[in-house]
Amino acid sequence: MVSTVYAITLVCIALIAAVFYFVIANSKKAEADYPSITKKWYGVRGKWFLFLITLGLVITYFSLSPFPIPDQKKDYPANDHQVVKVGAYQWYWTMTPDTVEAGKPVAFLVTGEDVNHGFGIYDENLKLVGQTQAMPGYTNKLVHVFDKPGKYKILCLEYCGLAHHAMITELTVK
Amino acid sequence: MSSTAASRKIEYSDSENRNALIAVKAHLIGGLLVFLLMMLAGFAMRAAQGTWLEIAVDLFYQIMTVHGVGVVGAAGIASTGVLWYFLRQYVRLSNTIFWVNFCIFLTGVVMILGSIFLGGYGGAWTFLYPLPAISMGAWSTGAAAVFQLGLLVIGTGFLILYLDIGRAILAGYGSLAAALGLPQLFGKVPVDNTHPPTVVAGTMVLIVNFLGIAAGAVVLVMGLVNLYNPEFQPDALLMKNLIYFFGHVFINATIYASVTAVYELLPRYTGRPWKTSKVFYAAWFAIVFMVMAVYPHHLMMDFPMPQWMLVMGQILSFGSGIPVLVVTGYGALMIVYRSGIQWSTTTKLLFLSMFGWAAGVIPAILDAMVTINRVFHNTMWVPGHFHFYLLLGLLPMIIGFTYHLAGEGRQKEVKATDNVGFYAYLIGGFLTSMVFLASGASSVPRRWAVHMDEWVTFAQVGTVAAALVVLGTLLFILRALISLPRAADPS
Repeated sequence: MVSTVYAITLVCIALIAAVFYFVIANSKKAEADYPSITKKWYGVRGKWFLFLITLGLVITYFSLSPFPIPDQKKDYPANDHQVVKVGAYQWYWTMTPDTVEAGKPVAFLVTGEDVNHGFGIYDENLKLVGQTQAMPGYTNKLVHVFDKPGKYKILCLEYCGLAHHAMITELTVK
Repeated sequence: MSSTAASRKIEYSDSENRNALIAVKAHLIGGLLVFLLMMLAGFAMRAAQGTWLEIAVDLFYQIMTVHGVGVVGAAGIASTGVLWYFLRQYVRLSNTIFWVNFCIFLTGVVMILGSIFLGGYGGAWTFLYPLPAISMGAWSTGAAAVFQLGLLVIGTGFLILYLDIGRAILAGYGSLAAALGLPQLFGKVPVDNTHPPTVVAGTMVLIVNFLGIAAGAVVLVMGLVNLYNPEFQPDALLMKNLIYFFGHVFINATIYASVTAVYELLPRYTGRPWKTSKVFYAAWFAIVFMVMAVYPHHLMMDFPMPQWMLVMGQILSFGSGIPVLVVTGYGALMIVYRSGIQWSTTTKLLFLSMFGWAAGVIPAILDAMVTINRVFHNTMWVPGHFHFYLLLGLLPMIIGFTYHLAGEGRQKEVKATDNVGFYAYLIGGFLTSMVFLASGASSVPRRWAVHMDEWVTFAQVGTVAAALVVLGTLLFILRALISLPRAADPS
């Protein structure tokens, strides 16, 4: 998904740049009849607006159904899930247990024990595969299914003080 | 009072105009100098992440804190200078209040600098509760308090200024609704397309920033109480909501304030009017609500947030992009197309700002989708999108306006130094943003003093890009310092 998002970003920025370049390239020669320009391009604008609204509706529907965040009111019992309790402290993690199995859903119950932290799961190629905030007074429930076994890293993704960047631990997926 | 009657230009005495021009120049020069220093701070951070510069981690996070707060503050004060300059032509604004805000701002800046570099505060500009109170000995309670008091002082100054702007708009137009063009939008009165876009934008900024800063004041006071009375422990998620509401609204309002330079100046340089219309009023009316209600897109990884707020954050993030893509950016394209415009550094910057704003929408909208946010939140993608907005959208508006005031827009030839400055800035700003985005797409986290070996190359390319931005800005500022102080008002 990440590479698709990146590619969409690059293509859209390039398209917008091309439109601006087209206008710059056609800016020197003066067309005195501005009302005719506005009349023509206001018509295009209406269609452009409708296109964006339609695109927005389609994207909204497909990206939010089902809702991508696990239901926080639900319990994730140990018989259906591998439950991992995560505590975030300045500047270390506690994780019980720190080993899980691939292919079965893992429910991470994450809380911040002092300040806000960010629980980010990185695979062996240092790609972020999922995250949630670790907040004082709350338990965030993150459900993730690991496709591949390996040594995953947990990195802090919310600035939490001077050793924020050193707040790293390991999760083993068998 | 009808909008047409109120749209007549306000008459001031010569001494008032002279004083106002000096005040606007002070805002611009002050803001740009802070921007330059913050760019140097950004350059130093990228160099440290790229292993080209050794900075102790406590100093790194202090620099990170000053960089964030400095850019937001400079954006606030410089964009206020732009908006105030144009708005005073339509409503009677007080020079004294404008100066009062500037002096209060400088007082706040001194407090904040002291808290960071004397007190060692390095809790980031977002002062995310309860980090300011729990630093593990890195900074004192006093340093955290002075930082938050500094922000509170600055916010108070802005609130005083907005009271004056609100008074003036009400005196001129009778109601905020009339100033926004709502009676025209809803057919209560005929459409008057000479109603100034600046008044519409200024009213929007007044409404959202007044509420945003008020929320900021509430959260700052709660944080201060917590610092000295730790038994008082407000809800961390409530505090986060208030902080991001304030922060999002304030930084967004800077671009909506500065876009008045585009509305006012592109017509002068193209000879074509920027007329208001029902579409224009509808867009700005929607912006009033969207800018305030969109902030939950910062909280998508805070899973206990109500689901409807996150859905709203996603939908309104997409919606917030539409006015610029359909109205303002589109309008700028139409007004320049076959206009015979003379390209000066002034007009190049103003037109660049429209590109930066429109293109910056793309990474922002994508990151504000819940499903995408799961793998982009708090990575370098985030600074990628806001550096796009700020370096290629906001700053070109402010610098373009500064060049206009300096009289550059009417000069026959573009000076070589201005050309070097423009292209160094353009390439540097674009590259800075794109390297951040590429780093985010590679999952590199933001706000890390020390980068893993795998990420160092990104930071090194980012350092070169930042150097170009610094070079371009330095040339712009030298030009502003030489030409601006003695330049007459081009209007």
